[in-house]
Amino acid sequence: MNIFVCIKQVPDTETKVTPNSSGTYIETNSIKWIMNPYDEFAVEQSLLIKAAKPEANVTVIRVGGSKDTEALRTAMAMGADEAILIEASDNLDSYMTAKALKGAIEKTGKKPDLILTGKQAIDDDCLQVPQLLAQMLGLPSVSVVVGFELAGNDLTLRREIEGGTIEIYKLQSPCLVACNKGLNTPRYASLPGIMKAKKKPLTTYKLSDVGVADADMRIKYSAFSLPPEKPAGKKMDAMDAAKQNEVVKKVVGLLRTEAKVI
Amino acid sequence: MAKILVFTELNGEHAKGVALEILGKLNGHNVDCVCIGKTPKTAIEEMAKNGASNVFSLQSTGLQNYSAEGYAAALKEIIQKNNYDYVFAGSTSVGKDLFPRLAGTLNCGMASEVTNFLFEGDKFLGTRPLFAGKCYAKVEILGPKPHFVTVRPNALGMNAAAKAGTGAATDVSVNVGDIKAIVKEVVKGASEKLDLTEANIIVSGGRAMKNAENFKILNELADVIGATVGASRAAVDSGFAPHSMQVGQTGKTVSPALYIACGISGAIQHLAGMRTSKVIVAINTDPDAPIFTKADYGIVGDLFQIVPLLTAEFKNLLLK
Repeated sequence: MNIFVCIKQVPDTETKVTPNSSGTYIETNSIKWIMNPYDEFAVEQSLLIKAAKPEANVTVIRVGGSKDTEALRTAMAMGADEAILIEASDNLDSYMTAKALKGAIEKTGKKPDLILTGKQAIDDDCLQVPQLLAQMLGLPSVSVVVGFELAGNDLTLRREIEGGTIEIYKLQSPCLVACNKGLNTPRYASLPGIMKAKKKPLTTYKLSDVGVADADMRIKYSAFSLPPEKPAGKKMDAMDAAKQNEVVKKVVGLLRTEAKVI
Repeated sequence: MAKILVFTELNGEHAKGVALEILGKLNGHNVDCVCIGKTPKTAIEEMAKNGASNVFSLQSTGLQNYSAEGYAAALKEIIQKNNYDYVFAGSTSVGKDLFPRLAGTLNCGMASEVTNFLFEGDKFLGTRPLFAGKCYAKVEILGPKPHFVTVRPNALGMNAAAKAGTGAATDVSVNVGDIKAIVKEVVKGASEKLDLTEANIIVSGGRAMKNAENFKILNELADVIGATVGASRAAVDSGFAPHSMQVGQTGKTVSPALYIACGISGAIQHLAGMRTSKVIVAINTDPDAPIFTKADYGIVGDLFQIVPLLTAEFKNLLLK
């Protein structure tokens, strides 16, 4: 069984974002990069399958900068068998990224039985790559998945939609599953795992190697800017029980007369 | 004047609000709407009132339940038949899942979840948040037409001055072919309330809630003011609330008219997800909590005392 896990490296969630001087992207020099949090659930799911089916082969693929390959090494330390890096800028658009992933999967010569991804990358928040990749490979996909059962080729997937409502899908592999928080609890890489990962194969391609050209660009960003700061609001002290009633009455009154939201 | 199609989802008898927001904003262009299945009269009237020229209802076996494959095949047919320049949808659960696949079937580009846009002549220019709203950028779509756009609910607002369209309703038979992944069953969430991403008012609890049971006081407040209840990552990771309730960079990005943060200190990843709320009320015992830098009205106090008082006061006000 061939499992491909597509991961992205993104700035840590605690990062304070600053636009670069030309406004074409953000300043990336002093950023701490992490594996996209939703992708950790995808890696974990592949390893849970591998634990049940030892013959399964897990390949992790990432499109992005080559300065730092930590996310791929982490995935291999967790237990993935091999990794592919497609060198590109960290803000490549969704269409080019999906096409690059497709090219890399095809280059391995292995027929994918299952492709796992996170439901979204928390940097550009586009939520396009999983569905685009599935479409390009002619596979069905289910996104925002919080429940996963595999019996033979039969999959039962639970997708979360508005209001915590769950849609249940029953389908057969091959398919693509985009994972959400709550699906599983990602493991930490063990020390022996980290040592083993150093010897696992990591193949590197350029975009042109996987069939992606400049003409594939579909999205162009400009004028990165910070959101406007709000003027300081009114802060009222209500630590003292005697003041609480008065402060609450005042705030509720202001919500109606000044803010006009109630 | 660009030729535009708006994919409209239904909510019972009504068109979803975000589709009407998009229609209002597109006033002045040549705009049609498309729905899946039978479209109720009320919904057609709402679309017409906000500027729709035609309302197409796509019908086929295989479209009874949602599937990205089936919906994409159906929409592709009408898009190609009528040669649209742009296709819009709300950035909802369906919009987010369906539109990338639909754009992919035509090898076309898509701008995700814009919060505003304009047209320079026939050229779309959008604004969208990145990093959950820590920054914004202008976005253009390149490559072959049509171009696809999804829009965040509540971001544009309704256009009260929208010029009505004819709203000519047509049923269209389409062929959706073979579908591999389709919804077999739906398990309703516990809450009948609007989703966080669509809610007009949100009451959120943080780590200071101490446990899941204490969310009861937030639910009581929410019931009085018609709000949806949310939670911070700290509260979700501590097991007080499910992930579907999480607001922030690894949860949902929200922009309600009123956001009431209870016992939330305001980590950078939480602020990113709620800072575009129109009015923010924060309740926290720590006067230096970062949440107060974003709050319009800050109450330095214990949420367990303040929230019940707020509930009682809102009850007084709204029953008058």
